[in-house]
Amino acid sequence: MFTQIFFIYCALMIIASSILAISFRNPIHCVLMVLVLFFHMAGLYLTLNAEFLAAVQIIVYAGAILVLYLFVLFLVSLRDEIRLIPFIANAWIGRAVSAGLAGVLLFAVLPSFTIGEKGRWTVEAVREVTHTKAIGQELYTTYLLPFEIAGLILLVALLGGLVLARRERGESDDEEVSADTTHPGSTPIQEEVS
Amino acid sequence: MNILLMLVWIIILFCVVMLHVAYATYFERKIIGRMQVRMGPMRVGWYGLLQPIADGIKSFFKEDIVPDRADKPVFLMAPIICLVAMMASLAVLPFAKGWVLADIDIGLLFIFAMSGLASYGIVLAGWSSNSKYSFLGGLRSMAQVISYEVAMGLSLVGVMLMAGSLNLTEIVEAQGDSFLGMYLMPQCIGFFVFFVSMLAETNRVPFDLPEAETELVSGYSTEYSGMRYAMFFMAEYIGMMVMASIGTVCFLGGWNGPFPVPFFPPLWFVLKVYMFMFIFIWIRATLPRYRYDQLMGLGWKLLIPVALGNIVLTAFMKAIIG
Repeated sequence: MFTQIFFIYCALMIIASSILAISFRNPIHCVLMVLVLFFHMAGLYLTLNAEFLAAVQIIVYAGAILVLYLFVLFLVSLRDEIRLIPFIANAWIGRAVSAGLAGVLLFAVLPSFTIGEKGRWTVEAVREVTHTKAIGQELYTTYLLPFEIAGLILLVALLGGLVLARRERGESDDEEVSADTTHPGSTPIQEEVS
Repeated sequence: MNILLMLVWIIILFCVVMLHVAYATYFERKIIGRMQVRMGPMRVGWYGLLQPIADGIKSFFKEDIVPDRADKPVFLMAPIICLVAMMASLAVLPFAKGWVLADIDIGLLFIFAMSGLASYGIVLAGWSSNSKYSFLGGLRSMAQVISYEVAMGLSLVGVMLMAGSLNLTEIVEAQGDSFLGMYLMPQCIGFFVFFVSMLAETNRVPFDLPEAETELVSGYSTEYSGMRYAMFFMAEYIGMMVMASIGTVCFLGGWNGPFPVPFFPPLWFVLKVYMFMFIFIWIRATLPRYRYDQLMGLGWKLLIPVALGNIVLTAFMKAIIG
């Protein structure tokens, strides 16, 4: 009973905050709405007994990625640099297209939902070994190869970011790229965004 | 019934922690006073003992000023985010065997999540005040907290590996009640990294750049006044206590001591936390502030590689010994 109410609350809040996130004018407020969204997603994971996933959702998405978004938003001058040219002139056509896209996604995804438990890890099994251990075991045995591939892709992206940041700054200045990004005057981040 | 009991426990914990926070400020002022060869607060009550209460009442009745061009909702919310996040992490701390509000399996991760959330309070306070000093303070704090959170998380992975759990109670129990069982010795590298990043994470000297008085007035909290300013203050001290508790739980064997105390089991825990607090204050009275690029260099070029090395070393030792 409590779980159901909690689920409904989280689901409604996710929908509401994601709509607000795309409708606020001020980008900082949008990011804050996304923060609320992430928290309720973590709440949904909790209803699924996936507490590790919930914690990591908050630590990684809210604690790191979203903070970086905020950082970028702080450093660009909002009024001048974020001026979007509408991709589709008429708003209603855009809405229709996005509704259609959502419909296609739902059509593709919905059949794969089945009610009840599936596979080896039932709620009891997860509870017994704790979710952290279960996810670790699965990740490093059954899904080792996909995990390594994902790691490699992330490494490539990391190196790519590094190469891009280096080229902007030239060879002369070797000192602390990360420190320099905090001075609003000389910002590599700004250049990347614009 | 169960919920009511829980509420009572929460209220008790809240009151005790608030009192501790109030007297932690007194403790700090007295110690720093002594270290600078002066008396510290002496006027209010016997040896100034009522000073924290007087300060609390004063800040409660001060006018709550909101700057004209501030982003009002965010400005009003920021201190609350900060305080709530810090307080939430109190729920998972085991003060003694069984003295924990929420004995969850991911206690350590929960604390990281909450300290990540608390940094939002600071960042948003800096931004929404619409003032140069606040903004610079917020930016600095953001960069600092992100980089040191990585180092801190990695430094505790060694402890997680040795204890085989993220549950704080189980981490304490895995250390046993002997002196040699404490993770301080086998995890001394991890402890070093943890200690430095603990100072940075709580924005304390020598890493107090977000509120460096000499350059930024008082950083992110420049535009705040009255109770909202006091909230930041409380959040900072609760943060210190939470970090000290994590250090105690993960490295100093938690509530275990040389002999069990019959009526008040958390005694050793409290003593160890206060030892950490004393070191915090001692460092504040001793060290000058870091320069900003030094701070970043230390975090990314020294602490994170050392912590990663510690993880590999611990994993190897665990694989060899079993």
